[in-house]
Amino acid sequence: LQEKEELIEEWQPEPLVPPVPKDHPALNYNIVSGPPTHIITVNGRECINFASFNFLGLLDNEKVKSAAQASLKKYGVGTCGPRGFYGTFDVHLELEERLAKFMRTEEAIIYSYGFATIASAIPAYSKRGDIVFVDEAACFAIQKGLQASRSNIKLFKHNDMADLERLLKEQETEDQKNPRKARVTRRFIVVEGLYMNTGDVCPLPELIKLKYKYKVRIFLEESLSFGVLGEHGRGITEHFGINIDDIDLISANMENSLASIGGFCCGRSFIIDHQRLSGQGYCFSASLPPLLAAAAIEALNIMEDNPDIFQTLRAKCERIHKALQGISGLKVVGESFSPALHLQLEESCGSRENDVKLLKRVVDYCMNSGIALTQARYLEKEEKCLPPPSIRVVITVEQTEQELDKAASLLKEAAQSVLN
Amino acid sequence: INHIVHNGGLYKRPFNEAFEETPMLVAVLTYVGYGVLTLFGYLRDFMRQWKIEKCQNATEREEQKDFVPLYQDFENFYNRNLYMRIRDSWNRPICSVPGAKVDMMERVSHDYNWTFTYTGRVIKDIINMGSYNYLGFAQKAGTCQEAAAEVLSQYGAGVCSTRQEMGNLDKHEELEKLVARFLGVESAMAYGMGFATNSMNIPALVGKGCLILSDELNHASLVLGARLSGATIRIFKHNNMQSLEKLLKDAIVHGQPRTRRPWKKILILVEGIYSMEGSIVRLPEVIALKKKYKSYLYLDEAHSIGALGPSGRGVVEYFGLSPEDVDVMMGTFTKSFGAAGGYIGGKKELIDYLRTYSHSAVYATSLSPPVVEQIITSMKCIMGEDGTTVGKARVQQLAENTRYFRRRLKEMGFIIYGNEDSPVVPLMLYMPAKIGAFGREMLKRNIGVVVVGFPATPIIESRARFCLSAAHTKEMLDTALKEISEVGDLLQLKYSRHRLVPLLDRPFDETTYEETED
Repeated sequence: LQEKEELIEEWQPEPLVPPVPKDHPALNYNIVSGPPTHIITVNGRECINFASFNFLGLLDNEKVKSAAQASLKKYGVGTCGPRGFYGTFDVHLELEERLAKFMRTEEAIIYSYGFATIASAIPAYSKRGDIVFVDEAACFAIQKGLQASRSNIKLFKHNDMADLERLLKEQETEDQKNPRKARVTRRFIVVEGLYMNTGDVCPLPELIKLKYKYKVRIFLEESLSFGVLGEHGRGITEHFGINIDDIDLISANMENSLASIGGFCCGRSFIIDHQRLSGQGYCFSASLPPLLAAAAIEALNIMEDNPDIFQTLRAKCERIHKALQGISGLKVVGESFSPALHLQLEESCGSRENDVKLLKRVVDYCMNSGIALTQARYLEKEEKCLPPPSIRVVITVEQTEQELDKAASLLKEAAQSVLN
Repeated sequence: INHIVHNGGLYKRPFNEAFEETPMLVAVLTYVGYGVLTLFGYLRDFMRQWKIEKCQNATEREEQKDFVPLYQDFENFYNRNLYMRIRDSWNRPICSVPGAKVDMMERVSHDYNWTFTYTGRVIKDIINMGSYNYLGFAQKAGTCQEAAAEVLSQYGAGVCSTRQEMGNLDKHEELEKLVARFLGVESAMAYGMGFATNSMNIPALVGKGCLILSDELNHASLVLGARLSGATIRIFKHNNMQSLEKLLKDAIVHGQPRTRRPWKKILILVEGIYSMEGSIVRLPEVIALKKKYKSYLYLDEAHSIGALGPSGRGVVEYFGLSPEDVDVMMGTFTKSFGAAGGYIGGKKELIDYLRTYSHSAVYATSLSPPVVEQIITSMKCIMGEDGTTVGKARVQQLAENTRYFRRRLKEMGFIIYGNEDSPVVPLMLYMPAKIGAFGREMLKRNIGVVVVGFPATPIIESRARFCLSAAHTKEMLDTALKEISEVGDLLQLKYSRHRLVPLLDRPFDETTYEETED
């Protein structure tokens, strides 16, 4: 007993958190005074916004704001409860119906937080013992969803269908050794429509072929491609002309094109209805404030009434993609029609820390001259496949051609002065 | 078992918590009830499989029929055969502000709850005993709503970026300073979703090689956060300090399971008020244990912030303790502040670390500006900084409502769980049939209640849960009590064997709230 007392006396725990150095790059946030719209005031200086994911410019739209105001007058701000306990408002039901109709699926379900959408959807279906094939460049929310599901994760090289097929074939041979287990093991492929970390699209037609060949279900994460790709903004399935029923689950967040908060999943009722009882972020969390749901409905209305904004956005993306080619020292990573690009260093200076410092100088140069940019932020120790440091460039419909050209030339100048 | 505790001077006020035992006959009948339902469930499944009965649920696509089935048949057994029958007690759609009275959209089902149709009529003025509206800030008019409208027209609804990129608005900085002042801590950080606050920050604080001691009845978000962190999790019995002390001793003395190396750190996860039990954490004892064994305390005040304490500062103030003793003070803005989101408060090093390494700061969108304004206005109101005493009055009204409501229910003979001061009041139903019946009967009498059964509670302990609000007037409570008594007689819910002698019905005491001696 004496020994136990001594052990308890002697034990010293680590401090709860290690100290963070004052000049850590992620500690000092940019402070935005006022709304983060097209003209943004960052750290006291007015700049043109090339950093917020406001692709369709709906953050500042008067109709969206007045719809939200009307909802605020009717419902107040919060919902004071989860969906199951008097937290379901008619606005939520309307938004779900509208999203399902827009995406031409049977049903849709809304979450109150974009990150929680895919992070709750994956563990609702995939459990311990199931197999998930996921792209290496999948975003952090998908990684957390996979971790929560406790399934076997198999990573395949980014957009490499041959690698994926190899993994699927390996799994097939495994199955033949143990057919009883194979009959109850579910398989999923999780991909993103437009990847946040690399700016390119997944080869969806080939994936559909692999789906039927190896009997795997597909979960598609469309946060960046919803409201961007496709003739009417329906995402990558419209872009490639694929029947939406071939995709088992589409998940997207409403925080990019729809300029609201939250996320949704859509698909057939057989699949979506299950989340109403087993989606953790849906059952155990308060529902979306009605004013944000009303803002999303109005944003959907605008998207449906003005299908030409998608063409305009695409043209602007192509323009800046071309203008940014040939900057010495920086290379453009991303498709020409992707509104979220990355600018990475052509040659690394040796350590990630130094690369980050160098890119910070480029960003600061641009900020001082009136273009607001940001570096893409990651949790370096937590990511499975950490992307190299980069500057994020976001294109919105509100940027004029002069502004796009100005941004491109400023980046050229910055790269010249900092990197040479 | 009744505890009235004055444990060695740690408590400055009496701690009255009661969990009356389930009467034996009731327990037996409940099991029998579930048994009958299960038998019928098997029978119906059999009939559905042999096509004698029409199968109502959605099915897999023709093209994918040979894929591995997405759901196991057994997983859905409970859903198809028990939940589906009483499904109308949940997900009730409302169409007005979730205040003390609420309007509900009427819906009917012609096929035993498989599908619902809306008749188009609205049931008006239902007394709302289900929404988490403790201080009554769910309002569609008033200073909070006007301030939020102002900010909405200036800033818009969304933010479209993360905190570390371009989403850190001046409003967020203002909010965080205010929250820190409200709680009495050095610094605070706010997040967009209460659930995500737990599931994204616990992994940032602890990892492999650390130990998490979590209460039996912790919320799903705490459990998920603990799982995602990768630390070892050990569970102690609900609010049981002996169980916690034993685990702490064993952990330090024996170290990690196989290697015997000492643990890197020990984190205790508790909640302020447990929403299914209505119990309050024994905070003075937990803090004493934490100090003795050099571990860290994570307190989730989702339900207790704003609802406990003479000025609404939560469970720490309720017990007269210092906020510095709690290492991580977490809470949500959804319940008492009528908004959405969560926060973490603590020492400056902790918050600086979270600003750099929290998953939410790097990957998730920040709070929406009108929501932030609602929190700022309501918090200032509670603190009395808006120049009125409305906040203080509401906190006191909630305390009075709580005491009154609980006392009256106990006098009527219901079994009520939890602490006398907790505004969450679980009323035991036990039998599965009574879950649906209670919900429906109360709705017929224009009172909206929340009923919960398995799996949120143990299988035989289904209950109805009332959430009191400062917006409830005494008349509303009296109406509700009358109806509850009627339904209780109808459904034979008055199980309690400890009859309290009813006190003469006197007006509210001015001294209902005892000031703690310092």
